[in-house]
Order: sequence, then C-alpha cells, then structure tokens
Amino acid sequence: MPAADFRAAAGPALADPQLRANFRRAMDGLMSKRAAVFADRDEWTALRSLGATIRARSLLQLPDLLERLEAKLTENGVKVHWAETIEQGNAIFKQILSGHDARRLVKGKSMVSEEMGLNHALEAEGIEVVEADLGEYIIQLDHEKPSHIIMPAIHKNKQQIARLFSQKIKDAAYTEDVDHLTGLARRVLRQKFAEADAGVSGVNVAVAETGTLVLVENEGNGRMCTTIPKLHIAVMGLEKVVERLEEVPPVLSLLTRSATAQPITTYVNMISGPRRPGEKDGPQELHLVILDNGRSRVFADPQLRNTLRCIRCGACMNHCPVYTRVGGHAYPGVYPGPIGKILTPQILGMETAGDLPHASSLCNACVEVCPVEIPIASLLVRLRSEAIRPRRQADSGPGVVRGAGSQRDAAETWTWRGWALAYRVPLLYRLTSFLLSRFGWALPQRLPLLKEWTTVRSRPQFAPQTLHELARREKVSNE
Amino acid sequence: MNSARNSILGRLRTASGKEALPAENFAVVAPRGWSAEQRLDRMRRMMEAVHTEFLDSRGEDWLGQLQGWLARENIPGLIYAPATPLGRRLSTGWSGSVPLIAYDRAMAEWKEDFFGQAAAGITGTRGGIAETGSLIVWTDADEPRSLSLVPPVHVAVLEVNRLYDTFWQAMREQKWAAGMPTNLLLISGPSKTADIEQTLAYGVHGPKRLLVVLVDGE
Amino acid sequence: MDHTPAHSRPKKVYFFGTCVVDLFFPGAGLAGIKLLQAAGIDVIFPQGQSCCGQPAYNSGFLDEARTVAWSQIKLFSKDYPVVLPSGSCAGMMKKHYPTLFRGRAEQAEAEDFAARVYELTQFLVDVLDLKLVDLGDPIKITWHPSCHAMREMGVGEQPKSLLRQLSQVELIDLPRERECCGFGGTFAVRQPEVSGAMVTDKIDAIAQTGAETVVSGDCGCLLNIGGALEKAGRPARPKHIAEFLWERTHARR
Repeated sequence: MPAADFRAAAGPALADPQLRANFRRAMDGLMSKRAAVFADRDEWTALRSLGATIRARSLLQLPDLLERLEAKLTENGVKVHWAETIEQGNAIFKQILSGHDARRLVKGKSMVSEEMGLNHALEAEGIEVVEADLGEYIIQLDHEKPSHIIMPAIHKNKQQIARLFSQKIKDAAYTEDVDHLTGLARRVLRQKFAEADAGVSGVNVAVAETGTLVLVENEGNGRMCTTIPKLHIAVMGLEKVVERLEEVPPVLSLLTRSATAQPITTYVNMISGPRRPGEKDGPQELHLVILDNGRSRVFADPQLRNTLRCIRCGACMNHCPVYTRVGGHAYPGVYPGPIGKILTPQILGMETAGDLPHASSLCNACVEVCPVEIPIASLLVRLRSEAIRPRRQADSGPGVVRGAGSQRDAAETWTWRGWALAYRVPLLYRLTSFLLSRFGWALPQRLPLLKEWTTVRSRPQFAPQTLHELARREKVSNE
Repeated sequence: MNSARNSILGRLRTASGKEALPAENFAVVAPRGWSAEQRLDRMRRMMEAVHTEFLDSRGEDWLGQLQGWLARENIPGLIYAPATPLGRRLSTGWSGSVPLIAYDRAMAEWKEDFFGQAAAGITGTRGGIAETGSLIVWTDADEPRSLSLVPPVHVAVLEVNRLYDTFWQAMREQKWAAGMPTNLLLISGPSKTADIEQTLAYGVHGPKRLLVVLVDGE
Repeated sequence: MDHTPAHSRPKKVYFFGTCVVDLFFPGAGLAGIKLLQAAGIDVIFPQGQSCCGQPAYNSGFLDEARTVAWSQIKLFSKDYPVVLPSGSCAGMMKKHYPTLFRGRAEQAEAEDFAARVYELTQFLVDVLDLKLVDLGDPIKITWHPSCHAMREMGVGEQPKSLLRQLSQVELIDLPRERECCGFGGTFAVRQPEVSGAMVTDKIDAIAQTGAETVVSGDCGCLLNIGGALEKAGRPARPKHIAEFLWERTHARR
C-alpha cells in the first residue's frame, strides 16, 4: 500500500466550505448533547472508571476469554471461525455463503467488515451485498466509505441525499423531506430483508460467560439482518469480548451516551444462538468470525494494548478539532479521528500510515471524553517515537510496531541530537538563545518551518533580551 | 482454520502476563432506590421522549381498551402468539371488531403475507427498565422474534409491578446469565434513525409505532 | 469556589521560565517572578535552565527529551515548589516526566520533581490565595485556556478567578473556549493547513467577543494566536496572564 499523506488528503475537505459547515454543525450538536447526558460528574467518573476496569480486565484475560467464548458459543450451536488476516476473513465468508448457495446479503453496520473490505470481496464473487443501516445505505449508493464510525453519512446534507435517492432508487421523486427519504429506504430495504439469503452483522460486545453477541442499533436493521434470513454471520475484532453478562450494562451505557447521547439505543439485541427446535423464526445457522488483522500484535505491547480497550463510540472524533475540520475521508483506513490515528498505523503499518500520529495537536480533548480511559495522546507520542525508532532495533518481531523506524530521517535525527546538546549544556543554551535573540530576525523567510508557520501567521519576533538576561538584570536569585 | 485459531491464541498467550485483575465496582449501575411510582413515572417519561405511546389500563379492562384503541387507529388486525400466557388470555377474552391473527407457524410459511400485510403485533414483556425506559422482550418457541419487528405497529403489554430501576438490576434479579434465550431484546421505542442531517425520523426498518399497554401485575 | 489554600505557603519557590517565554515573551516570565515576589515569596531562577523537553518528546525523540529533562531536574533539586508560567510545560513535567523515567534509575527523583510542579495561576490561587487590586483603565478582554493547562494540569477556574478580581476588567467568554487553537508545537508546521484552519477559527471567535486583548497562560498559544491576529490585521492583541495581572496591579499609571 502506498504511504498515505494526511496533509494532502485533508486539502480538499479544508477547501470545501459546505463540508466544513456540515461537520462543524454536527460535531457541535454531538458535543453539547453528550455533555448534557454526562452532566453528573460523579456518575460520569464512576461509570467511566468501571468501563475502563471492565475493558482492562477483558484484555488481561483475553486469550482465556476468547476460548471460553468459543466454547460457550459452540455449546449454544454457533459455529466459530478465526481469521488472522482480512483475506482469511473474507475467504471464510465466501466459504460459508457458497455452502448455502447464498447470493443475496443484507448487512447491518459493522466497522470490522469495512476494515475487511468485505462488500468488495463478496461482490467480486457476484454476491449482492446491501447495506441496511440508512447511513451505510446512503454511502453505498454513492460508492463512498464511512466518514464517521457511528454516523457514516454525516458528511452529506439532505440535498445531496435527496439527489442521490432520486437518481438511484427506482420511481423515487426528488424530495428533501427526511421522513419521506427514510420511507423510501424503508420500502427498498424491506423487500431486501424478505428476500435475503443471509444476514451479516457486527458485534458490540461478546460475552464469554453466556456466549452472547450484543448488538445495539436504532433502526431495526440489525434485528432484521439477524432474524429474518436463514443464515446469520456475525463478525468481530478479537478485542470485543468481556467476561460476564453483568459487565454489559455499564459498557453499553458508556457506548450509547458517548456516541449519540442516548441513554440507550432503541434496540439492544442479545443473541445467544441460532433458532432452537420449535422456534418459528431466527436464523437456522449462526456463525461468528473472529478477526485478528494485527490486533494480536498490538496486544503484545503493554502500553499499545490499551488501543484495544476501544468500544467504538466515536466520542473522540466528535470532540477532535482536527476531525471536525477535515472529516473522515482524509484518514487512511476505515477508522477516522483520534482512534484511527492510534489504531490505523498499528494495523496498516508505519510505512503506510506513519504520518498519522502527527495529525494531532495533542490537545487531549479525546482523552478527556474517552469512556474507557484510553490514553490516546500518550499513545500518539509513543507511535511517533516508534515511527523514528533506529532501524537496527526495528524488525518485524512481536511487540514491535509494524513498520517501526520507517519514518526515520537523518536530518531530523541530527537536528534533535543537536537540539538536545544545546539545551542540555547551559553554556551552549546561553549561546544559542543569545544568538537567536540578537540575530533571529535574520533567519530567512523561506526556511522550511518558518514558511509553513507564516502561511496564516506573522513571523515570531524574538525578544531583544532573554528571560535569563532579565532575571540577571533584576538580580533574581540563581539558586 | 484451526491454524489461525492456534496462532492467534498463541500470540495472545505469549504476550499475556500474570497481572492481578483490577476490582470492579458496580455501585454506579446498581438500583437507585426509586419508589414504584417514581419508576413508572420515569419509564413513561423516557419512552415518551422517543415517541412511545401509552395506554394506561391499570384497574381497567385492558382488552377492551386495546380493542377500542385499535379500532380508533383503524388497525385492521392484530397478530399474536397463541401459546403464550398472554396469547391464551387474548384468545379467550377477545371480542372486538379488529380480528386477532395467530402467529402459529414458522415465519417462512407465510413470510410474504407477513411482510406484506401485517398491521400490528402484540407481545408480552418480562418487565421494564425505568432508568433507560426499556422493555424486556424475551423471545422463544412460543413468542417469535419477528412479532415485535415486522408489523408496523408493536403493542407491548407491561405489568407495572415488573419494573426495575436499572438494566444491571433487571438482569441480576431475573438471573439472565443462568440461561439466555436465543434472542433477548431491550426495546426502548419505535425504530428510528438520525442518519440524515441528524434529524430524527421514526419508523425505519422496525415498527413505526410502539404502544405500551400498562396493566396491573398478577 | 473554595478559597482555602490547598497547600502550605512556602518561603521559596523555583521559577522555570520555559524556552518559549525565554526567547519570545521574557516580559511574561519576569512578570510572573514579580507577582510571586510581591506576594512575599523568594524566587529562585536557576540560570542553567532551558526547556522542559516537550518539543523533542512530542516529536517522538524520547532519548533527546530525557537528556534535556534530566538536566533540568538536576537544577531544581531542593525541596521547593517549581512554578511555571505555562500549563503545557508544567503538564510535561508533572505528567510526562514520571512516565519518561519509569523503570530507570532516575525514576524516584523525576517523580519527586514532578510532584513539586505548579502552573503559575494554580500556585497563585491554590497556594497563595492571591488578592488583587485593579489599578488599570476599563478594558474588555477574553480568556483562552490552554489545552494542557485544562486537561493535563486540571487548571480551569484559577486564572479566571484571578481575572474576575480585577474591577475594571470585563471578561467576555470566548465561544468554544475549550477548543484547541491549533498550535500543538510541531503540529503547526507539520500540518500547517489544518493548524491554520484551527487558528483562523480561533481568531474569528476572539473577534466575536469584541475584546481588545486575548489573555492566556501559555506562550505557545499566544505565539500562534498573536501571529494569526497580526497577519490578519485584527485589532485584538495577545497577552500572557502574568504580564496582564502585573500591569493591572502594579504598573505606573
């Protein structure tokens, strides 16, 4: 994969006033609604601490919990599959589907399936895949990727959607009425649900204790996909497991309130197996695909492992000043915003996404709202250091970030070495600061960093005397 | 694919330490100490905020009231699950002009009609959760999952003495972990979306309307 | 707000000026020293000091950051509070030094040092319970809180409570005040377009308030916001809170 260039990718979004206004309005709304549902600070602190503990415990027992989950699911009649790579994951889907001669699929929203490029892989086999979440359906019609993990079509306004529907849906007249647009999608998709050979869904939480797959949603498309077709295939990243059922309520409370400020979603599906004898509906077969795709490698490092606590609420992107301005399409991979900045470089590798951890001012807004206390800013710094790790330490072994050292640059390395020397030795620092305060004005405007700085700012003016000099002049004690 | 399983678990095991598990404190999701009245009040408030309708039939002939409601709303038929306790109650006590339709066969046998013509479905509940305004819907062989999903109107009967403060309390007191059904649902309103400009629209893929009939408990 | 000093009042403090203050805003540093002195505190300014190491740390050059950090820790070895006119550099020292030295021989000393670190307004309010008398003319200002002061140091109300003590100062809330100004150290030059969009929005928000002066506690933000205000030809001027407070309470009329 070619190296992604965030700076270049952000350009079109920054230059699009409509897109910027769409995101600004949406993020402002999401932030204020979230603040309102977590207005009780004590409750927020306690719930968040519980959520972080639950996720930390899950990771501490991860291999055990996955085995218990597998055993319990198997006992419940669910077939469990393991995929190390996205290729393996897609191959498992193809194999299951061809075993049932399934040609028509309906699909609930699943970021892991986006990560796998599942639709693409199945469509190449001539299988029809219909995204059933309204937002996903909209962007599928327009051949786009999600711009947000919870609200995939948030970059579009209703005029754009109205145009799209009138072009792509049979007999659909142009209308900007949201109820009417929703009704159009209902009409088309009801038919698809009734006809589908198989349903695909993601998983928000998998419970080892009971072998339960928990899925939250508002539209009922998740229920449709997991209830109506005779075959249901669920897919999840291997980090999604928790130990006990009683851990689900706090995790869901954090998830839905952080994501969309809802106390709970319209539907919470707790699925613990396929149709039992005598049941009149529900899938006859239920499969779960557990995807690794680099996660076990992330897991190998005790600090970076915290990335896997994520419950995919999207609060980090809703509060990110960078995401708010560039939207989701500037980010490589499928996870935008702060979580993407820490996850994507580890999954795709530093060669491809090594500049992503730098697409942050480290303002910590994401850290402040993360419901499971992922230290995102610290992980960004860690990944910046991994990107420039000396090559001799960089290999592909476990515990080493994929592509570590690939961003190392001799000029940058020597600059920082020189900086460290000058700032560590007082005499050298005194000389450096003296020279800058007297002759800093003479630095050429075309100097790389100065050039970028002055695109929207005047150049910084060095003071004629340093604070060190002023302190000496004022006889401030030196020790 | 066993090799994938083994190498994934192998890598995870190699990286796992022997660190002690941090303790969990569930106090924040524990019962709130609400009175029955507070619980019911909150339940209604939360659910009405997301367009749920209520028929308060406490101390009344709820079957008659429901019949009246269905007739007023011009709903041509009500699908029910005949083998549940609620279903037996309905089939013996029903007398109105709106016909009862029994969901007494596999969905596949009448899928086209069910999708095309179903107007309303009625289910029982295993109580509700006041904090979030959620109905607990426990499906099984007698009560199909699609009964609360496919018909555009879902009628749910809620016994007011089966309300819990919190989700955590409900699952513990009802001992869910001891035996889960294939599909256990929390339903907190009619289906909705905000995927177009964050504007709420009701009735996406699931029911467009949800009517909760409040009845006295046994 | 509770005005009981949270910590006991020391006789002496160290002052860590920070490299940005040293080179670009030395007046802010000196004002900070004078505010402390005027409150009866002996201020020590070790002349060997340079930088907290954050530029290298945020660039991923952890060894280089550690080298510089350690050279600073050694200069501030006595058991006095270390006061900084910067939430960001204070955050670096308080929050990141302990992790930077975790598992190393220097760990205990780094932790001891970190425990003594205060952001200036935090020290003035929480420890000194400083009382101010405004001597200046009426002025409209707005306050820009820095991300690291708020989110790493937990300093939110202290600077505002100081500004509210000034009778002739009208403090106008900055719209979206909690949003980053786009500085972020190397971020401003590695992602100049996004950073530029952020600071442009920030100066628009400042313009909405009609304030003559935007006051902040971090010179990185002031360098960024001030540069953007000047380049855009906006009338508002940036000022560090130490300098602002000193001028209002002690300046010659």
